[in-house]
Amino acid sequence: MTLHQALDPRPQDPKMGGIIKLALLAVGGQGGGVLTGWIEDLARANGYAAQATSVAGVAQRTGATVYYVEMAPAGAGTPIFSLMPAAGDVDIMITAEMMEAGRSILRGFVTPDRTTLITSTHRALAVSEKMVPGDGIASSAEVMAAAEVAARRLIAADFDALALKAGSVISASLFGALAGSEALPFPRAAFEAAIRAGGKGVEPSLRAFDVGYKAAQEGAAAPVAAAEKPKPGTARGPARLMADWQALEARAARLPGEAAAMAGAGLKKVVEFQDLAYGRAYLTRVETVLAADRAPFDLTREAAKYIANAMAYDDIIRVADQKTRAGRMARISREMGAKDRNVMQVTEFLHPRAEELVSLLPAKMGARWAANTDRMALVDRLFNKGRRLRTDSLRGFLMLHVLGGLKGWRLKTLRHAEEQAHLDRWLATAMGYLPQNYDLAVEVIRCRRLVKGYSDTHARGLSKFDRVLTAIALVKDRDDAPQWAARLREAALKDEEGKALDGAIATIRSFL
Amino acid sequence: MAERSFKAEVEHLKLGAGETFTGEGILAITKALLESGVGYVGGYQGAPISHLMDVLADAEELLGELGVRFEANANEAAAAAMLAASVHYPIRGAVTFKGPVGVNVASDALANLSSSGVTGGAMVIVGEDYGEGSSIMQERSHPFAMKAQMWLLDPRPNLPSIVKMVSDGFDLSEASNTPVMLMVRIRSCHVTGSFTTRDNQRPKLTVREALAAPRSDFARVVLPPMSYAHEQDKVKNRWPAAEKFIQDRGLNEFFGPKDAGFGIIVQGGMYNSLIRALQRLGLADIYGNTEVPLYVLNVTYPLISSQFLEFCEGKDHVLVVEEGQPEFIETQLGSFLYRAGSGVKLHGKNIFPMAGEYTGAVMLDAVESFLRTAAPSLLPAAVRAPNIDRPEIPDLSKTVPIRPPGFCTGCPERPIFAAMKLVEKELGKHQIAADIGCHLFASLPPFEIGGATMGYGLGPAANGAFDGGGDKRAVAIIGDGGFWHNGLSSSFTNMAFNKSDGVAIIVDNYYSAATGGQDVMSSRADNATKATKNPIAKALNGIGIDWVRQIDRTYDVAKMRDTIREALTTPEKGPKVIVASSECMLNRQRREKPLAQKAIKEGRRVEAPRFGIDEAVCTGDHACIRLSGCPSLSLKRLDDPLRDDPVASIDQSCVGCGNCGEVADAAVLCPSFYRADVVHNPSVWEKRMASLRARIIGWLQARRDARRLSFAPTFLDGAAE
Repeated sequence: MTLHQALDPRPQDPKMGGIIKLALLAVGGQGGGVLTGWIEDLARANGYAAQATSVAGVAQRTGATVYYVEMAPAGAGTPIFSLMPAAGDVDIMITAEMMEAGRSILRGFVTPDRTTLITSTHRALAVSEKMVPGDGIASSAEVMAAAEVAARRLIAADFDALALKAGSVISASLFGALAGSEALPFPRAAFEAAIRAGGKGVEPSLRAFDVGYKAAQEGAAAPVAAAEKPKPGTARGPARLMADWQALEARAARLPGEAAAMAGAGLKKVVEFQDLAYGRAYLTRVETVLAADRAPFDLTREAAKYIANAMAYDDIIRVADQKTRAGRMARISREMGAKDRNVMQVTEFLHPRAEELVSLLPAKMGARWAANTDRMALVDRLFNKGRRLRTDSLRGFLMLHVLGGLKGWRLKTLRHAEEQAHLDRWLATAMGYLPQNYDLAVEVIRCRRLVKGYSDTHARGLSKFDRVLTAIALVKDRDDAPQWAARLREAALKDEEGKALDGAIATIRSFL
Repeated sequence: MAERSFKAEVEHLKLGAGETFTGEGILAITKALLESGVGYVGGYQGAPISHLMDVLADAEELLGELGVRFEANANEAAAAAMLAASVHYPIRGAVTFKGPVGVNVASDALANLSSSGVTGGAMVIVGEDYGEGSSIMQERSHPFAMKAQMWLLDPRPNLPSIVKMVSDGFDLSEASNTPVMLMVRIRSCHVTGSFTTRDNQRPKLTVREALAAPRSDFARVVLPPMSYAHEQDKVKNRWPAAEKFIQDRGLNEFFGPKDAGFGIIVQGGMYNSLIRALQRLGLADIYGNTEVPLYVLNVTYPLISSQFLEFCEGKDHVLVVEEGQPEFIETQLGSFLYRAGSGVKLHGKNIFPMAGEYTGAVMLDAVESFLRTAAPSLLPAAVRAPNIDRPEIPDLSKTVPIRPPGFCTGCPERPIFAAMKLVEKELGKHQIAADIGCHLFASLPPFEIGGATMGYGLGPAANGAFDGGGDKRAVAIIGDGGFWHNGLSSSFTNMAFNKSDGVAIIVDNYYSAATGGQDVMSSRADNATKATKNPIAKALNGIGIDWVRQIDRTYDVAKMRDTIREALTTPEKGPKVIVASSECMLNRQRREKPLAQKAIKEGRRVEAPRFGIDEAVCTGDHACIRLSGCPSLSLKRLDDPLRDDPVASIDQSCVGCGNCGEVADAAVLCPSFYRADVVHNPSVWEKRMASLRARIIGWLQARRDARRLSFAPTFLDGAAE
């Protein structure tokens, strides 16, 4: 919880007779209607006149909906309440999601002279954030910073996680936070009575109410997300391997500065992908980069990161291995909330194409097959179809288990040869820029981020990677080449078709 | 089965004289209809009056007891046409639909009804869907009242005022032989409050009794020369009668002092917003007692010249608060002043914005600006002196993403549009016309399919110009709601008759889903009072469309894709129609969830599916999201220094519809998705076999792990600790 007293409260106009204005911004399915109903009932049961409105319609699907409640002590006449919140005139703003808090600030509903802002800090991502091929997630920190300024009082916690943990939904924990904020002139018991009077899911709602109340009163001690962070992996395995592993680990740790930690993570990834020898090859590559590097060793750090990603490419063997590892079933069943008395079935959705299958052949033979369109068509006819495998069944598990065990074979395959060649070309290009422009070399290393995905997605990533590197070559002699390289890479991650990248390349061509 | 059940609320409709009703505006209107002795009710659902239709449907028993006929009309035109019962018979009737789109559809019937004139009170309750949250074009219903000469009622947005206006409106209709429109804005439909009830009235003449003693009078038929007489009758008799009634009954209201040199004229529906602005300026108290003279138009058509001029007497400035454009009221009032040779200055759209909703801020600014001109001494010191210092609030306009409505979790329409997107990747972009309904969300990202909507049931008709065919076929999308509303006649007979070479996809989700899940002709539900279970395909065959593909599981993306491809590429001429049927997931969950929970409790075997993603396998490209947009399919950032981009993640709201897996397969995306079926109450044998398999699998895993290094917890076997 953050408490923030921005300004002295503006004196209420005595003529307004203490109308309390409460707005609620929720996303479809968060129970905004239920919460509004509770607030309204609470006010009426405690001697207040109250009025609620909402705009339902299509907004209730997945859009954001504003609910609005006004209340005033019941008196001689009927108060004239407004039907919509007005900018600069909201006493309590409840937002059931972080960006909705941002929206309420944008719309002027949160002002330093009067508004108590109660917001959940969790995110329900908008489609526009999710569909970006890179990282399109909006910044919660920016919203939080604005909230600190805009709100007279700010109460922020992950009320969604709190409610889920209590077996209920966010409307109940937010109602608890409203009670805990003491922004309404009613005691806690009156709030709980409103929940009881509602009559639906009373017990879980009261539990969530309680944690919401406490979060607002005491501050949510530990952010819920922190507890679930995976711990750094420690190696397990037979003793003979462990000794070699420790030697490698020590070798990675000897790298300078931040590069050491990155190489430690990278080393785990490539050893898990293949074996210790592969890990040694990885470190050798990183050390080669280091030999040409200088403090503060940004190049080595970035190389440690992206060489690991490039070496641990996503082939069928890796997917099969990951899907058959010990502990996976336990993790899934925990995520699904399965109990001991349940049985769990797990179905995998796989769709190997000729390209993936042929890439498993020995390099020379695979290259021959891949060049032969008739043969590829035949392989597609025989194998290219969606396959649903039950990894809880022996048959399905064994199939993937055997595939996942083909590590010994992997280094001979066409895929491996291709990946090696690509990696070498990319590293050579980057290191080629090093003498004339250090930062440009770093940026080229970072362009490896563009290569990801499977099948068509992977092909698209590779083509974007190639186009970005070609465009970088056009500007390599300019002083601002690193900035252009970064801009090109970011553009390539903006949309699937590469429209932003086309634009960036067109700009470059315009000044050449 | 509608989205929300009003069975409990319907009990409130039985309240008698002197009791207090507390609830939503929509329910209050229903109660007021019963108190006014209405003889028949009907309409077509749509925000914001969907709930009115749902309440009526849930209240059918009560309506039956009172002798009131309820029709869930096929569309707004049918609803308006039903008011014909009030032409010859002294029976009160009311229908409801959303405005102005509903009024557009109904305008033929409304114009004829107005020309004929009515004997019994006829009322159209229009839910004015304007401003924030509106799902339609931003227009007003007002001009329809003007051109057909129906009286337009716009009561103050509180329950007692609305309820009183229903009853006064029927009286007005009968006193002037003219149908009336009761306009309720989107928020007044959902506003809560209380009013004192009266006893429900049985209609003086029921529709059944009227059928037994039929009447007709050719003077009421809209045919020349009677239609000429109707026009004269409107102007010479009905209009003056209405004006007289409005004044005698005091339908318009006056507040504030009489002797100020300025005043404000306001649509009844905008009254509360205006009072709030005055309250904030210190010129009104909590109960609306104000220092500014107000002329509240609870009837916004006709406007009464004499009443208005009387209000203007002794004033130098008046302001008209009229939301939306064009400014019909202001123009009319201006001509009243001009004809009277008045020097009063009329303000309105010169201060208010011409377009857009009158939000709190807009209203406050405009009223303040008006008072600066008209009565500067009245403004409080705080307003006259500029603001106190305020901290600069960071601009979030580039940070906060828009959140347009989209398909619900598990929506059966998602796979249809995923399939269309896949076909577009193969065959290129196509001309696509959409209709009205949930499917229109497909025009938004991530699908961006469809570039036009011309109205309900008009999707395929909107492709009429392309019916002749060409290099690529035009595609139209329409929902089952649109199909039965108007689509069968306006779109499909149009296609069939003109030998269209186009493709139409009918998204059949078993309900009129976008308006709240009401049943339609082809709904699969049992409905005691409505004829359901009439297949769309049969109707298509009936009008001679033979190329019809019925798909009964839209989640089969590959089949959807292949069928759409076939429709676009088959050499066969003539209309090609795909009926893509799967139940609306909102309704399905509402129906099935309680049943599944009950079954689990009773110890029966239940499989509960949900999807998941292997984080280590997901590369963070989000191609799956670009073919889905499912609310439960989201992203999460991994705590892994090697990863730049967030990976896809499925949250607990997943209903296991299967779209993710189907799309991953059909689009050959990636192998990260898995479906986990948790089996509740498995048989002993099943459990024993599962544990045997798990033991063998565990042995194999341990054997492999004994020969290699593994790192616990990696992102895949995070549960190992």
